[in-house]
Amino acid sequence: MAKTVKAIVIAGNGTNCEREVAHACHLVGADADIVHIAELLAGRVNLNDYHFLNLAGGFLDGDDLGSAKAGANRLLYAKVIGHTESLAGQLQKFIAAGKLVMGVCNGFQLLVKMGLLPAIGGDIRQTCTLTNNEQGRFENRWSWLKIDPESPCIYTRGLNGLYLPVRHGEGKFVTDSPKTLQQLEDLHLTVMKYADRGLHPTLEFPDNPNGSQASIAGICDQTGRLFGLMPHPEAYTHRTHHPRWTRETLPEEGMGLLLYQNAVNFIQKELL
Amino acid sequence: MAWRIVVGLKRGVKDARGERIQRELKEHLQIDLLSVRTLDIYTIDADLSGAEAEQVAAGPFSDPVIQEYAINQPLASSFDMLIEVGFRPGVTDNPGRTAREAIQYMTGRLFAEGEAVYTSTQYLFTGLTDKVIAEKIARDFLANGLIQHWTILSADELDPRVGVPVSVPKVVSDTVPTVRSLSLELTDQELLDISRQGMLALNLEEMHKIKRHIADPQVVAERQGVGLGAELTDVELEALAQTWSEHCKHKIFSAKIEYEDECGNKQVIDSLFKTYIVGATDKVRENLGKNDYCLSVFKDNAGVIEFNADWSIVFKVETHNSPSALDPYGGALTGIVGVNRDGMGTGMGARLIFNTDVFCFASPFFDKKLPPRLLHPRRIFEGVVEGVEHGGNKSGIPTINGSLVFDERFAGKPLVYCGTAALMPRMLHGKPCHEKKVLVGDHIVMTGGRIGKDGIHGATFSSEELNEGSPVTAVQIGDPITQRKMFDFLIIARDRGLYNSITDNGAGGLSSSVGEMAEDTGGLELHLDRAPLKYPGLQPWEILISEAQERMTLAVPEENLETFIALATEMDVEATDLGIFTDSGYFHCLYEGKTVSYLSMDFVHEGVPQLVIPAKWEPKELSEPDFAQPENITSELKQLLSRLNICSKESVVRRYDHEVQAGTVIKPLIGVANDGPSDAAVYRPLLDSFAGVVVSHGICPSYSDIDTYHMVACAIDEGLRNYVAVGGDIDHVAGLDNFCWCDPVESEKTPDGKYKAAQLVRANQALYDYCIAYGVPLISGKDSMKNDYQIGGTKISIPPTVLFSVIGKITDARKAVSMDVKQAGDLVYLLGSSADELGGSEYYAQQGELGAQVPQVDAEQALLRYRTLNQAQRQSLIASCHDLSDGGLGVALAESAFSGGLGLQVELSYVDVVQAFREDKLLFSESQSRLLVTIHPEHKEPFEKLFAGQSCSCIGQVIAQPDLIINGLHGQNLVHVALDDLKQAWQAPLREM
Repeated sequence: MAKTVKAIVIAGNGTNCEREVAHACHLVGADADIVHIAELLAGRVNLNDYHFLNLAGGFLDGDDLGSAKAGANRLLYAKVIGHTESLAGQLQKFIAAGKLVMGVCNGFQLLVKMGLLPAIGGDIRQTCTLTNNEQGRFENRWSWLKIDPESPCIYTRGLNGLYLPVRHGEGKFVTDSPKTLQQLEDLHLTVMKYADRGLHPTLEFPDNPNGSQASIAGICDQTGRLFGLMPHPEAYTHRTHHPRWTRETLPEEGMGLLLYQNAVNFIQKELL
Repeated sequence: MAWRIVVGLKRGVKDARGERIQRELKEHLQIDLLSVRTLDIYTIDADLSGAEAEQVAAGPFSDPVIQEYAINQPLASSFDMLIEVGFRPGVTDNPGRTAREAIQYMTGRLFAEGEAVYTSTQYLFTGLTDKVIAEKIARDFLANGLIQHWTILSADELDPRVGVPVSVPKVVSDTVPTVRSLSLELTDQELLDISRQGMLALNLEEMHKIKRHIADPQVVAERQGVGLGAELTDVELEALAQTWSEHCKHKIFSAKIEYEDECGNKQVIDSLFKTYIVGATDKVRENLGKNDYCLSVFKDNAGVIEFNADWSIVFKVETHNSPSALDPYGGALTGIVGVNRDGMGTGMGARLIFNTDVFCFASPFFDKKLPPRLLHPRRIFEGVVEGVEHGGNKSGIPTINGSLVFDERFAGKPLVYCGTAALMPRMLHGKPCHEKKVLVGDHIVMTGGRIGKDGIHGATFSSEELNEGSPVTAVQIGDPITQRKMFDFLIIARDRGLYNSITDNGAGGLSSSVGEMAEDTGGLELHLDRAPLKYPGLQPWEILISEAQERMTLAVPEENLETFIALATEMDVEATDLGIFTDSGYFHCLYEGKTVSYLSMDFVHEGVPQLVIPAKWEPKELSEPDFAQPENITSELKQLLSRLNICSKESVVRRYDHEVQAGTVIKPLIGVANDGPSDAAVYRPLLDSFAGVVVSHGICPSYSDIDTYHMVACAIDEGLRNYVAVGGDIDHVAGLDNFCWCDPVESEKTPDGKYKAAQLVRANQALYDYCIAYGVPLISGKDSMKNDYQIGGTKISIPPTVLFSVIGKITDARKAVSMDVKQAGDLVYLLGSSADELGGSEYYAQQGELGAQVPQVDAEQALLRYRTLNQAQRQSLIASCHDLSDGGLGVALAESAFSGGLGLQVELSYVDVVQAFREDKLLFSESQSRLLVTIHPEHKEPFEKLFAGQSCSCIGQVIAQPDLIINGLHGQNLVHVALDDLKQAWQAPLREM
């Protein structure tokens, strides 16, 4: 019997998309558990029993101190009852084992603010951020996304472009220096860029919905296994999710599933 | 000594918040400044070392990439004027709460009692030196004096060593909890004074009833037995005032109405609610017989109907008008998170699936002088929109359907309708999930937030008009995250079977929630001193009636209590055992072991005397306007598309997450450019099923100026036709009525009360007639009856408004239909005939007229049409379907065309009319029950066959040329205009909001 890919979706303290993320994992053949963070902190569930960690969208702690700031603080400091290893320690071990982490929207903000992305050269320090949209308000709209085919990102293998919804108020990607941005580009870590219909990256609103530097919508680390993106792939898993499904001929499966499928394929090949 | 950490953006980083304020100050207050920058302040009133303060500032409080910080010194430099805005003591400070938790995680130490973090915002202005103007900016724009305070300093007043002096908005109280006794042996005037001064909203008859009850010798004896004197306690009086309030008891809808119609026929109506609303539903359910899909109506926090074999749908719509008038942001935020608790508090609890919202405002461009205490409609608009945005988005609930309705009279009181739908299993632990019952001996457990002075007298306040004395404490600010955490916990507790019953704490607080639950057992024993408080100094009566948010009350059996509280604690949710449900027959409250309330349950719940309200219907003398057909109909159409009630609301819709939970199949924005106006929403609540929930609404207050009977009939029809337009099953649908009225009780303040009461009667009669005719049961609803503003000689009453919300299902969401035209060559049909019915229409309003011929609904024909349309949809014959409402056929044609990005050519002479009338009126008539449909030519035969014998006319076709071409009754060209022009006219008015 083929071994199953085990995915975990962490919920609680303001995550909102855990159900649809778990569903997307199911659709591509993974076993997916939605686990409340209280279960992890109580020591009943260990991250390292899984292959694929999903950090779902939402508003951790209301984004009250800036998006995902308080959430990042919790993950860094919270203790696990009855264990010497902290949650942050479990996470480091998980990453070191070559497993996969995908953060969507608030989950991307969380990875960036914990310094796990982009972590160039393994330097876990916050060098980028996601801040208030240029327009100064929350926006829900669909975006075209150009994929960098040379990126090490394992999730976007074989992909050229995607069409997904964005739903955020703090999605503007900014680096701490031009040098960081240059490194990101040189290493092809800027996996995904907001683009026009012809898939040309753009800084123009509304195709670039938040004014991100270099049109960046998602980045990965150098291993390609840690990936964060503002658009919501879990929100386009069936054609009826598409805003124009009543007027266009579309494949039954939504484009968002391609990212999850790649993750599962990678795990089956490399980790099982 | 408190720490003060200031966080600001590094140089060169765009301050979007500051720029927005600069732009808005220029637009709204005509104050043109050189620059506005903003800083975030955390005032930490807690035991923290210098190193820890540094760690906190550098860690969770600031973003190293874009921000810098300063500790106990200013960050502000190169500015002319500084305004710092913080919360008043006791006001909910969500970032402060999160900041406190972050510090606790970091230091590993919990805050001591009384320690806290307070947040404030600093605004730095250049180009502003006049303190009077600074005061105006603070008062009229940046802050709301009811909940916030501000400090204004010019650059030379800021001490560069310490910055703005530290102020800690801690609630300091030396109040000793006491229970006062009140003698009611007073004159009538004195009794009324007690009611008015105490914000109790009890009338003289009610005060007398309480006075007689308390003087009853048997009551006196019973009270002595528990250590109470012969006088009423303040706890008891407040509990009665809450329970008997209009807000909680719906006294107007329960009143005896002495109604006289236009012919002088007299009739006594014993409760509008029982006669018309429950009456209609009973009749509809009887007619449905074994197909009745209602599961729980009127008896719970929300209504419940069947969805499929395994799941039920829960739906409720609330209003939060009065709080939104005082603090638009907090009022609206509390409105949405409040109605979410209704869904969660129905049956054994339900998972929330979507929100709806409808707002009625005066124009944001209102440019007349406002009476005192009213906020500018633009400020209300922005505050309410933002409040619902935060409430919905942060809770992870998509907002999928709504409206904005404008009328100048809503300046007196905005209407903020917030709806929520939820999903529950049909059966839970072998019992129907929509039922619940408290058992004697169950513990009264409160979960979620703590109790403060917020929202005290909210229920009684909203039972009165807005006046000078409207209380500050009526304002609350919701906390979506605390609530979200509680809901996550409650669903797990429900599925583990840890409790017997659940309800929310809304109006009236514990007094209402515990009081209502205790009706199951016939008594309660509530220990008020056990309730967790936000800060000390609350009186026992305040604990009982506080409407502090994010709280649910549960009945937890003794054997599960420990497990329940342990699970809550683990999930970081506060849960407190406050007492037990008894069968004593008494509403028994104690404070530190001493009885402070001992009222019989019967008296509390059944004691309120029935109001008697006179009502007399006198139709107004109205006539049709006399104006010539305008030369340029294209220009009339463009103007209509730019009217606030018709124009695009995209700027608001995009601020609401309408796709979270991945269920939204027909989204609010639709069409070739994702920006057309959907008629209704289709939502797939189960990700592995294609069964859909369909939700829509109807609202047409402008027709009330002619006749509220037809206003309601049209609202029902509008709701249903929006519903069927997208494919909602007309044979599995429920309605929900929300009445917002002006005071209909005749008095010195309301001399026209008889007319307003008659309007209310007629509205209810229409509700009864049309719900039965359509076979639509009402499953829940709410009324808000005092939507007036009165200060001095100025009185503003809102137009009587009924929101008719519709919920139902579509068996296969893949059969849903959108309103945008699809393909050149498709045929255009108009379903339903048109009549000269422009009374109260947008077209007449555009001419400055009201008119007399208000649209009337023929339910029998409409129902047949809707059923037939459903058949056509199931057979996939329909390419697009759009309802005709404000602006009639002309507006519907324009919207369908530009949403689809394809032109239309239409002949007015082909339109089916009841009687010939003028072509401008034909184009803009608001006759009801009409739908604009396009179909592929190959479906012509089966489509026409289905509609044989009904009003169904092919009036034109979809064309590739991007123009709207309408030819008049004599074949002459009436309208020929580019779609881009129409769309521009439609999108412009609110684009920048």
